Amino acid sequence: MFPYIPNTDEDVARMLEALGLDSVEALFSDVPEAVKLNRRLDLCAPLSETEVTKQIKALADQNVSTDSLVCFLGAGAYDHAVPSVIKHLIGRSEFNTAYTPYQPEISQGTLQAIFEYQTMIANLTGMDVANASMYDGASATAEAAMLAAANQKGDTVLIASTVHPETIAVVETYMRFKGIKVVQIGAKDGVMDRDALTAKLNADVVGVVVQQPNFYGIVEDYSGVAEAVHEAKALFIMNVDPIGAALLKTPGEYGADLAVGEGQPLGNGLNYGGPYLGFMASTKKQMRKLPGRIVGQTVDLDGKRAFTLTLQAREQHIRREKATSNICSNQALNALTATIFMSVTGREGLYQMAAETARRAYYGYEKLLATGHFKPAYAQPFFREFALEVNGGADVDSINAHLFENGILGGLNISDDNAQRILFCITEKRTVEEIDRLVEVLEAYPW
Amino acid sequence: MVNYDQLIFEISKPGRSAYRVAKADVCDKPIESIIPAGLLRETSLELPEVSEPQLVRHYTLLSQKNFGVDTGFYPLGSCTMKYNPKLNEDMAGFSGFAALHPQQKTQQTQGALELMYDLSAMLSEIGGMDAFTLQPAAGAHGELTGLMIMKAYHESRGDQKRTKIIVPDSAHGTNPASANVAGFDIVEIKSTRMGEIDLESLKAALGDDIAGLMLTNPNTLGLFDRNIVEIARLVHEAGGLLYYDGANLNAILGQTRPGDMGFDVVHYNLHKTFSTPHGGGGPGSGPVGVKAFLEPFLPTPVVIKSESSYDLSYDRPLSIGKVKSFYGNFGILVRAYTFILSMGAEGLKRASEMAVLNASYIQEKLKDHYQVFANTKCKHEFVLAGLKGELTQCSTLDVAKRLLDYGYHPPTIYFPLIVPNAIMIEPTESESLETLDDFIDIMIKISEEADTNPEALKQAPTTTPIRRVDEIRAARTPILKWEPTPATSEEA
Amino acid sequence: MKTVEGLYYSKDHEWLKIEGDTGIIGISDHAQHSLGDIVYVEVPEEDDHFDAGDSFGTIESVKAASDLLMPVGGTVLEVNESLEDEPGSVNSAPYESWIIKIKFDDVSELEALLDAAGYTAFCEEEA
Repeated sequence: MFPYIPNTDEDVARMLEALGLDSVEALFSDVPEAVKLNRRLDLCAPLSETEVTKQIKALADQNVSTDSLVCFLGAGAYDHAVPSVIKHLIGRSEFNTAYTPYQPEISQGTLQAIFEYQTMIANLTGMDVANASMYDGASATAEAAMLAAANQKGDTVLIASTVHPETIAVVETYMRFKGIKVVQIGAKDGVMDRDALTAKLNADVVGVVVQQPNFYGIVEDYSGVAEAVHEAKALFIMNVDPIGAALLKTPGEYGADLAVGEGQPLGNGLNYGGPYLGFMASTKKQMRKLPGRIVGQTVDLDGKRAFTLTLQAREQHIRREKATSNICSNQALNALTATIFMSVTGREGLYQMAAETARRAYYGYEKLLATGHFKPAYAQPFFREFALEVNGGADVDSINAHLFENGILGGLNISDDNAQRILFCITEKRTVEEIDRLVEVLEAYPW
Repeated sequence: MVNYDQLIFEISKPGRSAYRVAKADVCDKPIESIIPAGLLRETSLELPEVSEPQLVRHYTLLSQKNFGVDTGFYPLGSCTMKYNPKLNEDMAGFSGFAALHPQQKTQQTQGALELMYDLSAMLSEIGGMDAFTLQPAAGAHGELTGLMIMKAYHESRGDQKRTKIIVPDSAHGTNPASANVAGFDIVEIKSTRMGEIDLESLKAALGDDIAGLMLTNPNTLGLFDRNIVEIARLVHEAGGLLYYDGANLNAILGQTRPGDMGFDVVHYNLHKTFSTPHGGGGPGSGPVGVKAFLEPFLPTPVVIKSESSYDLSYDRPLSIGKVKSFYGNFGILVRAYTFILSMGAEGLKRASEMAVLNASYIQEKLKDHYQVFANTKCKHEFVLAGLKGELTQCSTLDVAKRLLDYGYHPPTIYFPLIVPNAIMIEPTESESLETLDDFIDIMIKISEEADTNPEALKQAPTTTPIRRVDEIRAARTPILKWEPTPATSEEA
Repeated sequence: MKTVEGLYYSKDHEWLKIEGDTGIIGISDHAQHSLGDIVYVEVPEEDDHFDAGDSFGTIESVKAASDLLMPVGGTVLEVNESLEDEPGSVNSAPYESWIIKIKFDDVSELEALLDAAGYTAFCEEEA
């Protein structure tokens, strides 16, 4: 017997009899002989829970995770606190085992949670509206660029070279196949070169993509960018960190048309890169162009407040070949996670988390510089990550190996031919003792 | 259950919080001294302020307004709402997976890479393909990835004129949308009445401008396209490729394989066939499999195996690039991997057999009570053409809404588009004969009510947390976020 | 279905009314009926130019979206901004709820359009 399949042999016999068939094989008589498999799939035999658990636990144990390391690694995935309530609430199978809320009468739980999510994301980014979430931050950025390409005149997307390389890569893939050019705006001192932006902005540009804080953790000053971008009749797209957004000037305040970002830091575990969620928010003007699902408030027959999927005429199942996005699902459970996370922290808590993150990052930064083994790669304000250049040219991989032996997960190696550089990340979860120990262990490295 | 009707913002009160941040006294500088004031947020951050017990009760009560597979029968056609084993969740929760950072060195992530490598091999065996990418985050994302691979393949051969994709009119809406996003023009061809490819229409559409054909088999009517070998031959002879939409894979596990049917590219929906939970609309996972000649075009990175270890390969000049950060929805991959180990070869085959048997049984029992569209052997799902009787006052929508009153999730309705008043039923292998018999009885009862008491259908549902919603109002005057002063008062 | 005498009709179900040099464009009663409850009309900007058959906007109901196609070529003079708040007026009064006013390029393009009787016959044939 198979634990997940209820039919007994007797049930099967009864059902076959009702169908006038003499065997289960007869159900597949419409499959042409030429394409029948006619052999056993070459997979394992069915295993018991105990066997499966042992086998998979053995794989999990081969990994050395941040559970047993002190994490100073970021670069697109962040070790922020995940409140305990999250796993208990998202584990509720009424949320977890439901499909997309196409039947509003029995989906008000998911629908209201998404409505709350949309509200929180709009407030966090300072934008007018948000959609119900997307696959991840990188693909949400690509979708934003697609939106710009579909609605603005031109054939070029500009993207700052200080955007995360994975995000640039995903944007490039989407644009390549749609026949849209991607041109990078170079950097100066670790931030977008404004002269390069001015030089590249022209009538062919449909959108300009920047990141805050940027890939190097630097908080860039985007004042005046929106005005220049709008002058060129393009859309200003800001990819922002959601924790940083509690502290830093918002896309709304900068005049962005679209705000996107990676929602992982909002209570989602690291999970070796996924599932995460991408968020997307916009001005009211772009509302009916947004890709993906959107939940709206309405009333039911009795006039009672109710929530439902809305503005569906934008979506792939209606527009078919005229759709400008093919996205179908959102990351509903991850969006629920983010919603619960923001409800836990609340306005004050999220600000404190962001502020504490920045304070500890600065504490670590100054301590690391005081060792004399590093100098700042860029003299710029930062939020949670900072790039250091190794004095004397010691190899970053070797430094990280030394840290690893001491139970520390070091920063990302962002060296190039000119210099050895390391990108450290410090969140509010890192204690002063852990930061001090990072410094101690580095002091002990055979420089 | 209490009649709970509040938003989290409406139970908020200044001074409450469910969170305490640890303060470090060595670093208590004012923020303005480390980040210039001009770079800081000026507008206040409107988030709810609630305590933990309030928050837990709020979301628990919300969950109770939902219907999931664990709540009841969910025969939603083309969505494969099978049971989501709890073991899957525990396996994905091991800290060796859940706390693994995607930027860690591969020496520290060998177990994760091995799992991905093994899973790719299993998915290849199941589908008769040669290589898989696990990067796409959902079925539609997989379609897009697969179509990009097809385009990159033709372009790599200098075959620039293949700019069109053939999509049958019975296809899922994502098919033409994905083809458009991948930069193709779409040629829609008519299906036969049974939703099969019309060979003459196909021949007429084929030419040196065709990059490929997208197909679901069994098709969206739940019928196996018996001409599949001929279709594959025709498309390949014309220089095109065959794309398999794996939405209906649950019908054929261990019976036949897309690779053996002649498909060059496939995507699976791990959240359908391989039991990972739908989560209220995601996260899903949409791995894409290809035949060997398309392997160089897979997204980067690809998991590779050397004698003693696993690694990530980025050096792939023909690759389409990346479609998502990092390596895919890894947590979902762990769940699907767990399911395959639990089921084994025999279990997967049995799953398809029981999915098909269950669908066939319901079809047989309902065929005298509803309008039959295709009175023929179905696979894992089948489609009815609404209520019987020219004079019925009730619609397919009414039938669906009435099912809610009886505690069932409705089937997919009004899809596929080629069937009038479509009711598409997919029971999956997870349901017992008792459940199927109950459901059949209720469906028959509803068909009778449509004649004897149509108001019961038209007013339905009346037992759910809310009744039918005003969708026109939602779309005409969109309210997409909560505002401190209620944006709508009760209008007359 | 209703038609109004004296208007021109396209086979894409738009109507065109001539007032001096100006063409006024909307969608027919038949079109509004087949779309169902209209929730949004996306209009172009003034001074945009479109050829005959070009899409100048979209019209959306809850479950459908349809391109608005120019019956003749022309330059947009004015758009009906009241549709933003009252899209349902296209359902209730399709021949009063104009969408755009244009200055048309070439009067001879009118010859390709149908009159009320011709349009009624066309719709019956299509059904």
